Amino acid sequence: MSNKEITKNMLTARFDVINPDSIDEYISHNGYTALKKAMSKTGEEIISEVKIAGLKGRGGAGFPTGLKMEAVSQADGSPKYIICNADEGEPGNFKDRYLMEKDPHQLIEGIIICAFAANINNGYIFIRGEYINAINIMEKALEQARVNGYLGDNILDSGFNFDMEVYSGAGSYVCGEEFALLVTIEGKQGRATYKPPFPTTVGLYNKPTQINNVETFCNIPHILNMGGKEFSKIGTDSSKGTKLVCLSGNIVNPGLYEVELGVSIRDIIEKLGKGVPNKRAIKMVQLGGASGPVIPENMLDIKLDSKEMSKLNLNYGSGAIIVMDDRIDVLDILKRIIEFFHHESCGKCTPCREGLTQMLILLDRFTDGIATNDDLAILEILMETMNQSSICGLGQAAPTATQKVLEYFREEFTNKINSTDSIVV
Amino acid sequence: MQVKEALDKYGRTADKLIGAMLAYQKSTPCNYLTEDDIKEFSRETGLPESRVYSIASFYSLLSTEARGKYIIQVCYDVPCYINDSVNIVNELEKILEIKMGQTTDDRLFTIEYSSCLGCCDKAPAMQIGATLYGNLTKDKISSILSTYRGGKDE
Ligand SMILES: Cc1cc2nc3c(=O)[nH]c(=O)nc-3n(C[C@H](O)[C@H](O)[C@H](O)COP(=O)(O)O)c2cc1C
Ligand code: SF4
Ligand code: FES
Repeated sequence: MSNKEITKNMLTARFDVINPDSIDEYISHNGYTALKKAMSKTGEEIISEVKIAGLKGRGGAGFPTGLKMEAVSQADGSPKYIICNADEGEPGNFKDRYLMEKDPHQLIEGIIICAFAANINNGYIFIRGEYINAINIMEKALEQARVNGYLGDNILDSGFNFDMEVYSGAGSYVCGEEFALLVTIEGKQGRATYKPPFPTTVGLYNKPTQINNVETFCNIPHILNMGGKEFSKIGTDSSKGTKLVCLSGNIVNPGLYEVELGVSIRDIIEKLGKGVPNKRAIKMVQLGGASGPVIPENMLDIKLDSKEMSKLNLNYGSGAIIVMDDRIDVLDILKRIIEFFHHESCGKCTPCREGLTQMLILLDRFTDGIATNDDLAILEILMETMNQSSICGLGQAAPTATQKVLEYFREEFTNKINSTDSIVV
Repeated sequence: MQVKEALDKYGRTADKLIGAMLAYQKSTPCNYLTEDDIKEFSRETGLPESRVYSIASFYSLLSTEARGKYIIQVCYDVPCYINDSVNIVNELEKILEIKMGQTTDDRLFTIEYSSCLGCCDKAPAMQIGATLYGNLTKDKISSILSTYRGGKDE
């Protein structure tokens, strides 16, 4: 396969072609045509197109977007809200920043279409506070959309009213979690809550709320423009469309690439990333970001396909691919990952708050050469507990990389066990 | 900017509090919220002081300790780490003669760790104000710092 066959320009087609500050350039490149199409349809018809398209959420969990739209549109309660999750904080990800900075109106158009479909009048784009450029660009773009009649009252003479504003986060990874995000907008500490109920029925100010990732919304105009059926021909049976991939780490050409779902990790690393500098060997690759699994070199032929990956208990998450060559110290990397979660944990539940502290202590015992077999056993029980009993995805997923290291690189731990003395009776 | 001014601009409801605090903090010479500021936010919004403080202390972009005019946020996470971000931290500490988390005596710079800045394709990365600096090398650090010493706007 040549590069051309791997990459696919859909969401990134206007990147560096149009000036992101100009709504006119967006419009002259096929912009806001999908919204006009949408407004000639009913809400049910729009939702049905998205379902036929087979679009799944791009924020990491992969929930079917059409079903989410339907749940919100059918939920009782008003007003309803729509929120774009642009909190992008998962280490290794930068796709949402590029989507906002390089083609802000594509995102705005996607959100307006969803709002129209579920008859929602108010929305927020929740952008992490560190993304100052993206915040400025989105605010400017929203103003232009207002001036041009795409936001506000009686949009394009349809009788539909909708407006939204940018909400800046203030530095907290957990606020990407839906409930932590919602309470932050309400002006409280961003802490997660048990689900269900889901935000689709009990969301912002306890009203039905649609929350989707930036990339998810950016797909919506394309679905409307080409029709759900055409869209569903892109990708594989279980994973439709394209995926933005954030390639980083020990790689010759790091960067953002848009690929058709179904390509292999190896093709992305070798053909797009041009491999590892100085032709070093790959030790491991982390998928999705800090909360994602790691795989060894001999598994790189696996494809970006949710069905194929789930057979191995893997997922591509939000699309980060972090390449690590043979010079890395695996436990050292795991410590950095756990330190990240330890810093970002909201502290509400014990398994996550205390579990992460204990994980760091245990990992130190391995790097200090004083670990025993019991330390390994305790570590594994601890991680299982965190998986099973943490309130939100942060604590549940924090041990993933460590667990995968134990699955694929167990010797990294067992080599460091110093004594077989038992401390547990 | 006064606390009142920030709230006039953003609004006095709970959902506007974080935005107003961020904007106000940015306008203060030492980039932080004093105890008096917290009290004033509380008085002006009618929200309990504990609620205002709980927000100021929860979010990492808000600070209740005095910092420098320029906050240098250095990425701590793995893609930057495997691209030798440790050297960047060492260089910053050496040139500024402070440790991570500290502020220079002239109150110009504070160095802080940040979670991933979304600039991993140009690792190692750091951010000062709205400006992202990627593909950092030791040499670049000193020239970047000197532009701020010369009074660069953020
Ligand atoms: C700790 C944590 C952080 C998250 N951060 C983000 C984020 O930054 N951006 C995002 O879109 N989703 C994030 N998610 C996932 C969201 O909770 C949610 O599933 C997603 O926004 C739904 O959108 P989608 O269906 O379009 O993927 C996070 C989840 C957890 C548990
Ligand atoms: S799992 Fe962690 S981040 Fe989530 S609610 Fe519990 S303590 Fe907070
Ligand atoms: S890991 Fe450093 S910018 Fe993402």
